[in-house]
This record gives sequence, structure tokens and C-alpha cells, in this order.
Amino acid sequence: MKTLTGAQIIMAVLKDEGVDTVFGFPGGVVIDIFDELSRTDIQHILVRHEQGAAHAADGYARAKGSVGVFLVTSGPGATNTVSGLASAYMDSIPVVALTGQVPTGLIGNDAFQEVDIVGITRPCTKHNYLVKRTEDLARVLKEAFHIARSGRPGPVLVDLPKDVTQGKAKYKPLSEPKMASYKPTYEPNVKQLRKAVELIKESKRPVVFSGGGVILSGASRELTAFAKMLSAPVTASLMGLGSFPGTDPLWLGMLGMHGTYRANMAIGACDLLIGVGVRFDDRVTGKVETFAPNAKIIHVDIDPTSISKNIPVTVPVVGDCKTSLKGLNSLLDDEKIKFTRKSRKSWLDKIEKWKSTQPLKYEQRDVIKPQYVIEQLYALTKGKAIITTEVGQNQMWAAQYYHFDRPNCFVTSGGLGCMGFGLPAAIGAQVACPNRTVVDVAGDGSIQMNIQELATAAQYGLPVKVVILNNRYLGMVRQWQELFYGKRYVATDIELAPDFAKLAEAYGVLGLKATKPEEVGPVLKKGLESPGPAVMDFWVEREEGVYPMVPAGKAITEMLLA
Amino acid sequence: MQKHTVSLLVDNEPGVLSRVTGLFSGRGFNIESLCVAETVDPAISRITLVTLGDDAIAEQIIKQLNKLVNVVKVHDLTGTDYVEREMALIKVSAKAGSRAEILRIVDIFRCKVVDVSPTHYTIEVTGTADKLEAILSLLKPMGIKEIARTGAIALGRERK
Ligand SMILES: Cc1ncc(C[n+]2csc(CCOP(=O)(O)OP(=O)(O)O)c2C)c(N)n1
Repeated sequence: MKTLTGAQIIMAVLKDEGVDTVFGFPGGVVIDIFDELSRTDIQHILVRHEQGAAHAADGYARAKGSVGVFLVTSGPGATNTVSGLASAYMDSIPVVALTGQVPTGLIGNDAFQEVDIVGITRPCTKHNYLVKRTEDLARVLKEAFHIARSGRPGPVLVDLPKDVTQGKAKYKPLSEPKMASYKPTYEPNVKQLRKAVELIKESKRPVVFSGGGVILSGASRELTAFAKMLSAPVTASLMGLGSFPGTDPLWLGMLGMHGTYRANMAIGACDLLIGVGVRFDDRVTGKVETFAPNAKIIHVDIDPTSISKNIPVTVPVVGDCKTSLKGLNSLLDDEKIKFTRKSRKSWLDKIEKWKSTQPLKYEQRDVIKPQYVIEQLYALTKGKAIITTEVGQNQMWAAQYYHFDRPNCFVTSGGLGCMGFGLPAAIGAQVACPNRTVVDVAGDGSIQMNIQELATAAQYGLPVKVVILNNRYLGMVRQWQELFYGKRYVATDIELAPDFAKLAEAYGVLGLKATKPEEVGPVLKKGLESPGPAVMDFWVEREEGVYPMVPAGKAITEMLLA
Repeated sequence: MQKHTVSLLVDNEPGVLSRVTGLFSGRGFNIESLCVAETVDPAISRITLVTLGDDAIAEQIIKQLNKLVNVVKVHDLTGTDYVEREMALIKVSAKAGSRAEILRIVDIFRCKVVDVSPTHYTIEVTGTADKLEAILSLLKPMGIKEIARTGAIALGRERK
């Protein structure tokens, strides 16, 4: 057995876990770790704000489907990552956070840059650790990776006092940890699957509702096969976009507050709702008492706490989405249950009618419509880009108008709705997938929350593209004020803003601007084709709204359509 | 709303108690009482907690507790056959006229006087929450100066 320093042990475990990238920002108590990092072939991406490191690790994890890692210093370094951890936690993204800490002897002394980050992040991490002895480092780090990626994934924070990383201990590589108190359930109960199949057999108007869990468990193929076997229409939560092909005839579009008319109406009319890897959050259900009022509900999820939390369920299935769907598919196969589109005709016709009477629509005028920008972006990237978003209208338009055919391509802060997420997440996704086109669809408000990360993109030549839908408003809040607060636009007018194209140039990034509809295509083309990062500033209709919209507290079938 | 007595086995590590209590405060669940101590295995502690909620809330509480990485086992004792006990120390004012009456009550409830002063008795009483409430209501008219209660501890009964 070798004797290594704590910092060397950290590197050994990172290598052992297959980590190829660490996003980070240094400080006094983590110099040893950075020093050791530089002696490995793990690449370090130096961000410009620790929140950026957390979101970048998150974006990396989502695009790559593996654990993202970041490393920051104690005190303010660690507190700056709290929003990033909370966002990853809400969306169940596997991230390992390494935070420096003052030496163990100083803990509790209000030492310089000491903060109880384990205490602060307890409610917004899946689990966290303060390592007190160098001997414990390897085990704790292995557990951290194991917990982050297994079961319902999530961020795990490991707090590293300086003396622990400087101290020495014997090291030998450890196998996958076994923990008495942590054993996620992967295998669904076959009895429950059988009950689900019975409901499926009886159902005349089924809807499949797919969520982020399907993407996390890599179950898109199984979900697609399942829906096809049933000839059942499919909708998804914001987090589930891409888990079922967005160009398939069975695709209903997104569900919920800004869901499509047909998806929301289908939930109102279905007799069986099959939720897979979803948690029925309030943005999806609207008023819960009126959600899927005629339906029996099958709910598949790996997290038992998700089941019957918001919506009472007829048949719960606790298990991994992929394993459970495989199980369902083979039971259906065994019983030779296959519904053709023909046998579903009256149900699918009804949906087609909703689609043709109330498609997603906007009015083309002589100003740029934000929806048009996304449509053009979709066409020019042939639907193949990784799209990250900021939060607000930009996020919803990206979700509505970019049709995701594949998983791990839509990277958005769903549960937390964290403005400032998109640009650093795009950087993370670009590092994870160097050959893909990565685009951050942004609002002019959100982009200013982490715009410093343009410097990171420029430094590493990461060709991320930022598409700003610039309405000179905090648009989504303005929309609520327009609809529900008598058009009193309090604290939402942000007309006084930098010239984003010039600002980009100042960072050494290509900056472009379009103010007329006919400039949209050429600007997008130029920005997308340029070899490096680019910021494209589209001056869009200021008071455009996102529709359909379900007002808060209303049934999802009670939509405002324009 | 029903009272639920929940018994947890948890890793005996710093911070575990705050994970449990943080879950209750963060999700708006009630804690009526809470008791923690080591078990025969020094690596494991037992937490007994009493909470209030309807069935759906109790189910969420149990599931959420199970989800905590440091929680080894969760058992909702409510509706099962179990023994529950709580201890209280009650410092009651004991004037000449009431001393005999207090001792009679102590006798009836089979508790003990553990400290005596010219003006006060301190009484140790063990029992179910109902028994504690009963003796408290009888002692109240004498003037209760201070009280310390442990909160309930509980174990499932073995089959006979
Ligand atoms: C960090 C953070 N602060 C505040 C909010 C509340 N909020 C939600 S959407 C929004 C407006 C976003 O404006 P902008 O980025 O310009 O996007 P738009 O809605 O105009 O597309 C705000 C302030 C939030 N989601 N995140």
C-alpha cells in the first residue's frame, strides 16, 4: 500500500471514478488540491464565479449522463455554489462538490473564510460529508460518487479541511461501497407490474407522461417502445423533453403551465395516465383536485417519496425506470398485447382535432418574434443541438419550439428555475460533448446573472453559442404583471442594459445583433458557423407572451390561449 | 390528525440528528417529542419521535426518513403492538397543608420523590403520556414550579 497525501488520494479516487474534468475556482485552503490536480491528466476548467462551476458540472453531467465534479474554496467559494447545488438537487443531477474547509483545529472558531457549508447545504444536497481524517478520504469520496449517481441521483458535497488534504494516509483503491443505510430499489415488484398491465389492457384512452427520471435512467428507448406498443400518446414534463421523439406522431408536446393545448386536454380526458420518472410537481398538475379527473394512474419512480406525494396513485411501481419499463414491455409481449393506431382511432382522432384547432402559434409581424428565432435555430441546427436555457419566457419558448428527438439534449434548470444557469451549463455541456453544437437560449435578464462565464468560454475556446431573446424586460414576471397585476410593470423593465454584442466583443467573443425578422436567419447562421463562442442578440417583440398559459391554481385544462 | 410514534435506527454520527430534524422543519412536519441515544451497537443510535399528521403525511414522513442516507431503519409503531414510556421530573410546591396529599398522589401513581426541600418535592414519574397528563393535572392545583419531560421512547412487543 502506498502512502499518499490527502490531495493525492483525492486525485487517485477521481481517476478511479473516471473523472476527466473538474470545474473549479481556487482559494487558500484548496491550493494543495489544485497543485495535485495539475499533475494529473484531468482537465481543469477555471470558471469566473463559483456558481458557474456548479452549473457547469451540472450541465456536463446532464449532457454526458455521468457525474459532474467541481472544486471550490471554503467560505464564499462554497456559499457561491449553493444555488447550483440546489438546482442540481431539484433536478436530481449527479454532481460531486468538493469544497475546501479551514483546518480541523480551527473549525468552530469563526476562522477566516470558515462557513458551515455542510450545515448550509444539508437540505439542498442528496447527502454531504465533512471529512475529519485523511484515512477516511478515500472511503468518503467513493461513497460520494456512489450516492450521487445511484438511485435517484443528486449532488453530494464533500467538505475538505486543509489539514486533511495535506496529511498523509495509506491508500489502496476501494471497490464500489456497500452501505447498510443506503440501498435504492432498482427492481420493481412484479405483482405491481402485473397490476399495471391489467389497467393497460382495460384502458381506452391512455396517456404516457414521461419525466426527467426516464432520461436519468437511460430509458428513452424502452419508453418509446412502450408507448408504441400501446399506441398511446406521450407527453412530458420540462425535464422529460427528449425522452420521447418530439417529431413522432404520438408526441403531444409538453404538459403543464405552458404545455400544449392537446397535452393538457388529453390529461383532462384520459382514462389511464402512466407517469414514468415524474414527480407531479405543481407546474405540471395545476390545481391537483382537477388533475386527470377521469384517470386511473400508474406511477413508476425510483423514489418512493415521489409516489402519492401530490397525486393519489392507483398502481405505484417503485423501481428504476429502465428496469421497470423493460419489465412492462416483456409482460405486454408475453401476453401479445399490442394496440394499433387503428384500434386507438377515436382517441387519437380526438387529439388530432385538439392539435389542429389549437396548435402552438404566434403572429408574425415586422418585429422579431422570439418563437421565430427558436424555429430558425431548430431549422439551422437540424434539431441536433444541445440546448441549455436560462429561466423565464426564453426557457418556455425553447421547450415549446425546439423539438427534441433525443435525450440529454435539453439542459434546463427545471425544479429550481435558476436564472444564470444556461451559460455555465452550456460550457459544461460543451466540455462534455466537444463535437456538438451547444446553444444557450437566454433572456436579457438571466444572461446578466452569469455573463462573466464568457471569459471561461473564450479562455478554453469553447464554441458555445448564446442566443439572447432580448425583450428588455424580465419577461416572464412582466407577463404575470400584464395578466394578473393590471399591467403594472414594477421592477421588470430593464431597458437600460449593455450592448450585448459589444460586451461579447470585450470578452473576445463574437458579438452579433439582429433587430429585424429578415436578419434572424443570417445572424444565426453566422454565429453558429463561427468557430468559437458567439453571442447573438435578438431584439424581439417586447411584450410577447408565452401561451398557452394555465394561471396558477387553475386546472390545466383552463388555459389562456393568447 | 393522528399521533404517530416512529422508531428510527440511525448511524451514530455527528449531524445525523440535524438531518432528521431539518427534514421535519424543511417539509413542515411536526415533532411532538424526540428522544435519542446509543443502542447496544455503538455505531447505531435509536431515535424515537412522536409526530402528528394524517395518514398521507405520516406516509410521507416515513418515506422521507427512509430516504436519508444515515437512516438504517424506520418503523412506524402506530397501529402495531408496542410499549411506550415517558419519564418526567416534576418540581411541585409542597406546603404544610399539601405535603400529605402529594405523597398520596405519588403513591397512587407509583412514582418516587427524588428530592425534598422545605418548600418543594421533586417527583419522578414514568408511564405513558396519558399517565403523565393525569398526574400533572392532579398536581397542578398545588403549584408546579418546573417540569422536565423526556418525550416518549418505545419498542415493539415481541410475540407471546
Ligand atoms: C435567480 C432568480 N431570480 C429571480 C427569478 C424569478 N424570475 C423568473 S423568470 C424571471 C424573468 C427572467 O427574465 P429574462 O431572463 O429576461 O427572461 P425572459 O422571461 O424575458 O425570457 C424572473 C426574474 C428566478 N427564476 N431566478
